Amino acid sequence: MIHHHPEKARLFVLDDERAHWHDKALWFVRVKRDRAAATVPEWEGLRTAAEGIKVHTLSRLAEYLEEFERKATANGIQVHWARDGEEHNRIVHGILEKRGVQRMVKSKSMLTEECHLNPYLEARGIEVVDTDLGERIVQLAGEPPSHIVMPAIHRKKEEIGELFHEKLGTPRGLSDPTLLTERARAHLREKFLKAEAGLTGVNFAIAETGGFVVVTNEGNADMGTTLPPVHIASMGIEKVIPRLADLGIFLRLLARSATGQPVSSYTTHFHSPLPGGELHLVIVDNGRSEMLSEAHRRKALCCIRCGACLNTCPVYRRSGGYSYSYLIPGPIGSVLGPHRDLAGHASLPFASSLCGSCTDVCPVKVDLHHQLLALRQEAGEEKLLPFGKRMGMKMASFAMARPALFRAGGKFARWILRVAPGLARVGPGAVWLRGRELPEPPTETFADLYDREMATRPEVKS
Amino acid sequence: MSAREAILSALRASGAAPVAAPAHPAPVQQGDPVARFLESVKGVGGHPYRVADDAALVAAVAALPVWSAPRRASLVPGIDGTVDLEAVDDPHALADLDVAAIPGEVAVAENGAVWVKGESLGPHRAVFVIPEHLVLVVRAADVVNDMQAAYGRITLPRPGYGLFISGPSKTADIEQSLVIGAHGARSCAVFVVG
Amino acid sequence: MAKVGLFIPCYVDQFFPRVGLATLRVLRGLGLEVEYPRDQTCCGQPMFNTGCSQEARPLAERFVRLFSGYEAVVAPSASCVAMVKLQYPGLVGDTPEVRALASRTFDLSEYLVDVVKVTRVDGEFRKKVGLHRSCHGIRELRESRSSERMDAPFDKTRQLVSQLRGIELVELERADECCGFGGTFAVTEEAVSCMMGRDRIADHVRAGAEVIAGYDMSCLMHLDGLARRDGTKLPIVHVAEMLEKARLSR
Repeated sequence: MIHHHPEKARLFVLDDERAHWHDKALWFVRVKRDRAAATVPEWEGLRTAAEGIKVHTLSRLAEYLEEFERKATANGIQVHWARDGEEHNRIVHGILEKRGVQRMVKSKSMLTEECHLNPYLEARGIEVVDTDLGERIVQLAGEPPSHIVMPAIHRKKEEIGELFHEKLGTPRGLSDPTLLTERARAHLREKFLKAEAGLTGVNFAIAETGGFVVVTNEGNADMGTTLPPVHIASMGIEKVIPRLADLGIFLRLLARSATGQPVSSYTTHFHSPLPGGELHLVIVDNGRSEMLSEAHRRKALCCIRCGACLNTCPVYRRSGGYSYSYLIPGPIGSVLGPHRDLAGHASLPFASSLCGSCTDVCPVKVDLHHQLLALRQEAGEEKLLPFGKRMGMKMASFAMARPALFRAGGKFARWILRVAPGLARVGPGAVWLRGRELPEPPTETFADLYDREMATRPEVKS
Repeated sequence: MSAREAILSALRASGAAPVAAPAHPAPVQQGDPVARFLESVKGVGGHPYRVADDAALVAAVAALPVWSAPRRASLVPGIDGTVDLEAVDDPHALADLDVAAIPGEVAVAENGAVWVKGESLGPHRAVFVIPEHLVLVVRAADVVNDMQAAYGRITLPRPGYGLFISGPSKTADIEQSLVIGAHGARSCAVFVVG
Repeated sequence: MAKVGLFIPCYVDQFFPRVGLATLRVLRGLGLEVEYPRDQTCCGQPMFNTGCSQEARPLAERFVRLFSGYEAVVAPSASCVAMVKLQYPGLVGDTPEVRALASRTFDLSEYLVDVVKVTRVDGEFRKKVGLHRSCHGIRELRESRSSERMDAPFDKTRQLVSQLRGIELVELERADECCGFGGTFAVTEEAVSCMMGRDRIADHVRAGAEVIAGYDMSCLMHLDGLARRDGTKLPIVHVAEMLEKARLSR
């Protein structure tokens, strides 16, 4: 598992033109984020407040969830609880089956990806149509999303055109985004009108008011919840926030961080079912309470799924979502995946140069790169590192603790590089030399230069 | 033990020490809210208009090219539509609605958003998302600087419903090319009255 | 005890000794009493970043013993300094001794600006320079404002070198994108590491840089290795070397 990301990333990078295209596309979103953030003088104050609200909420999560449930129930929302993904799927299926639903539309929810809801329902004869355009594209292609906000960012418009030609009957060779979107609009409109239920995620659940907020640019969550009489919303336990006024903080940060827009087109506050309809909310744990119980894992639960860390990550941009073993890629995925299953995602904490850009864009100030470094220590302790690497580090540590050994080793290495540079082509040297030259090996060390300097210029200049 | 009890007791046992909630930073007032709102509406792909009073509003809406389409619904007093929403049983029947005019309660200068409370939507919530075009109307006195101020002003009855609408429906999911008119309205005209 | 303990990272001692010499000269040129503890080897960062805290700990403990007596510890390397300042309390122990050492350990640029309070740099460097701001310097030591944050801009290194006569600091497209060295990342994720480095070089070349300057030889070593392999003429220089012949004053 430790080689998973590097091996996939190598293949991604091999297609140089495409890797640069992907990198530029995501960098562009980062630039838009910067421009949007720069228009808000209080930006850093908002980040601090958002972090504080989330940390506060997590410190009293049971209380807030209970308050939320009480008030949501008073609003006519039916609240369900699920320990894990399997239970979530059973509950959702139960609601649909009771009402004879065979066609459901779904707006974006990474939680439902985590629970593998689509295949569960499809195996039971229910058609599930993902209605976010990016999600629909990857659904038609039979792929997972490669980004949590822009699921099809890895696909060029010509490829989408080809896909639509095959699945939706658009003319061969059509690749204009406006025309492709037009076709998708017509296709999905049919699905909205025929849907018997709509399922959404939850961006924020408000304890004070007993309602929840869903945010989209396309209006797909709204088409899916104002037409069919049954609305099911799936949320992770960490989505609750204390007060309505707290949305003033989060909504000033969310869209700017995600896409560089000042706000999304639709920010819908659900506080009651449709007249004559039903509104169900499924609250899901699936490992979150366990993360909460470990102090060093807790911070990652603050995440509001904006995707800014993906866009800013120089490694994600150059390796793509499919290089990551966890369903959520990029920095946050490289923290969440290993928190759940370190052995299963052992390459992820190392799929980073620890540059820290992710930490500085995160609207809730999750210290992502420090979490990655801490996960590396865990990986070391659990002996998940390859034998060669561990041995190499043990030997280096042994040598470095003994100055005479260090000096002798360094002298030897420099001598080898001068007289027989080919011998450097072993282990890490060989890997380095694939794409880079090694530094020119000097004949003297700093210690030598220091001695000479202090001897020739003993007086301090002032 | 029920899932509810299992989850809540796991959370209670999590050992997270209580941390106080932080104060919210005071937003910086940035210029004349109405002028900024009109700029922001443009920025989010909407069409902003300023009119002096209700009479001017009625005339201006009537002059909109989208308002000459056959199937029009209005929830704005003084603006007449051709479709009586109360007479429609099923929101699916609104699928061919060309345009809807809806009143907003609060408008947000920093992002061009308009808060529409549930009661303003009439009998069918779908009326804001199903038509091809949207017309929103707000009062100049109801324009605030930012979202934090907006949450101090909006009405959200419980049980209830409401939403912020900012410009038309849009997507950039195909190679980051911005396309206006994904599933909701293809255009959004926003009138500020007063 | 001398005022300043000179901390020369292991790879600088062995492969870029001139950078150490330049650092020594800059500090002594300010009238400071500088000493180089002979028995220093490595701060433990390569082991720690690989997840081998067990192997890093003895080296960190050694370092604390070797350097505790100085008024200040200065290194021409932001990443090694970040290791001491930010990771040593967790690794070695959050004791008063460790915390004191952490608070007195500095990268050269921050030492000159924050402690010595250098405001004037009288010297020359007649080149078009691309300033490579390494990640540890920006986002761990906060030597300059990261492009992600919306605070008021500041840049300690730029403050110093921009005063050199004849220098032209070029504007990069991505002011502080990571070069891709990342320690063992350079080897374990070689493909991405090299692509990142080449993209940095291309940015500098497009911006018209004749030289890449920085304060971390690890980043510069990686960029230089790539440039020489690809036949791109873009020599590297450490900030200490740029300031070596200048007169610095408060």
